Amino acid sequence: MSEALLTVSGLGKRFGGFIALADIELEVAKGERLGLIGPNGSGKSTLVNCLCGTLRNDSGSVRFNGRVLDGMKAHERTRLGMARSFQLPRPFGTMTLAENLRIPLLYVVQLRGAVPNIDKRCVELLDLVGLADKAHQLPTDLTQIEMRKLELARAMAAEPNLLIADESMAGLSHQEVDDILALLMRLNEQQGVTIIMIEHIMRAVMHFSQRLVVLVAGRKIADGNPADIVRQEDVVAAYLGS
Amino acid sequence: MRNPVFILWLCVAAALTFGTAKLIDNPYVFFAGYVVLQYIVLSTGWNILGGYTGYVNFGTAAFFAMGAYSTVVLHKTVPDLPLPVMIAVGGVISGVIGLGTGYLTLRLRGTFFGIATLAMSVVVQTLITNWSFVGGSRGAYVVRPDTTEYFGIDYIEYLFLLMLALSVIAVGVARAIEKSRLGYGFATIRDDELAAEATGVPTLKLKLLATALSGGFMGMAGAPLPYYVTYLDPASGFSLSYAVNTIAMPLIGGTSSWLGPVIGAVLLGTLQQVATVTISSALSLLIVGLMLVGFVILAPKGIIGWFAPKGPRK
Repeated sequence: MSEALLTVSGLGKRFGGFIALADIELEVAKGERLGLIGPNGSGKSTLVNCLCGTLRNDSGSVRFNGRVLDGMKAHERTRLGMARSFQLPRPFGTMTLAENLRIPLLYVVQLRGAVPNIDKRCVELLDLVGLADKAHQLPTDLTQIEMRKLELARAMAAEPNLLIADESMAGLSHQEVDDILALLMRLNEQQGVTIIMIEHIMRAVMHFSQRLVVLVAGRKIADGNPADIVRQEDVVAAYLGS
Repeated sequence: MRNPVFILWLCVAAALTFGTAKLIDNPYVFFAGYVVLQYIVLSTGWNILGGYTGYVNFGTAAFFAMGAYSTVVLHKTVPDLPLPVMIAVGGVISGVIGLGTGYLTLRLRGTFFGIATLAMSVVVQTLITNWSFVGGSRGAYVVRPDTTEYFGIDYIEYLFLLMLALSVIAVGVARAIEKSRLGYGFATIRDDELAAEATGVPTLKLKLLATALSGGFMGMAGAPLPYYVTYLDPASGFSLSYAVNTIAMPLIGGTSSWLGPVIGAVLLGTLQQVATVTISSALSLLIVGLMLVGFVILAPKGIIGWFAPKGPRK
């Protein structure tokens, strides 16, 4: 495997007396597709929030693309090439779908020096997730599923090196899951975007991931080849009870 | 419409306004018009923070009065300074205060931010009331000349012109922001700060910029006040009616675009001036209250909300 894009070492986060994450060690290689699974409340989203700077980790450090991110604000991390979609979609409610995508184009892509044709790019991105015909509607007109797609498109608009998709497929139909999977695959294979996928839909995770990491109660209990991991006893126990 | 073209149209509108006022040939028109224009600047300034980024500022009076009192100080120390320079100084001072307030309070959201700005206003008023150099609670007299050396126009016409120019600048800046990267950034702060950060928007920096700009315009609106009223005391400079009017006007007109505060200020400001002359000046706050109640029911998105199509924020 090639050099690491993301290195997490000794990362810990607590909320009062509750230890949400403890001693997380994680390395993600450039161009890798990583699946992150774990039961509800195991700390997956907290880990994402610590990686993206939405939350401050109490201990440990995060290195991304050769830079130490500790203390860096969320928007600075986004500019360095880390983008995420939120588990519960958080669209900009007073803006149209096209305008929602405009924000990362204005604040990330343009500030990096690239000058895309913004209007055209917005439509392209919406087209990728199948929302092009709703470009001028407000997010309130969308279904939950469409909002997840918008969430994903907005993360992709920032042209990241690392895309963290936090349960972007929950609630989608079989066909829609396949569409999003194909989209993420293309992004990974054609543009070399590293992707961390957090997902409960095992079919999608197994199909997508080259490597699987399992979190249980704030600790990493497994890391490796997906097919082996899902047969591992403690992983099965965490999901099904022993 | 491109910005330079828009500014040109604004200037034409301003020239027409001045011409019309001149034609009516009654100095009271200038006195009343000055107040309406002052509210255009105030509510446009307020709206940069309150409308674009969604942070409701109840401390208008503080920024406004700081502009006015900086003019009092300048009048006492360097009386020869031209008024436009004093206005600029007042704007800078209020802008810096806005920046400071922003830095201290922007971690608060919603109601808490509103209360903090209101408290700030009380603190500043207390400081001014106890500063005898600017007259303390007794107030300060500022004697204004009758005429100016510019084209021989009356001083009140000169004040009117200055406020007209400030309105053009404020509205021009507000509109330019609206359609820019900055404006989109402000709107993301209003909608969802967490998502804004995640999409690369430096929220703290933009909020500070908004408070500074907003405070600056309010200060500039207040700077000529001592020359207008000729006697300024803390109770009138920090009057709650400035804060109330300045919030009511954008809400009535609509907060999502530059036009809303202008419509609100012209409508409400004119109504108040007419009521002051025909009925009683005590009526003006009642008018504001009634209109606010009416508009919350009839036009929750302000007057421009009636015309804007459902959807795009354009």
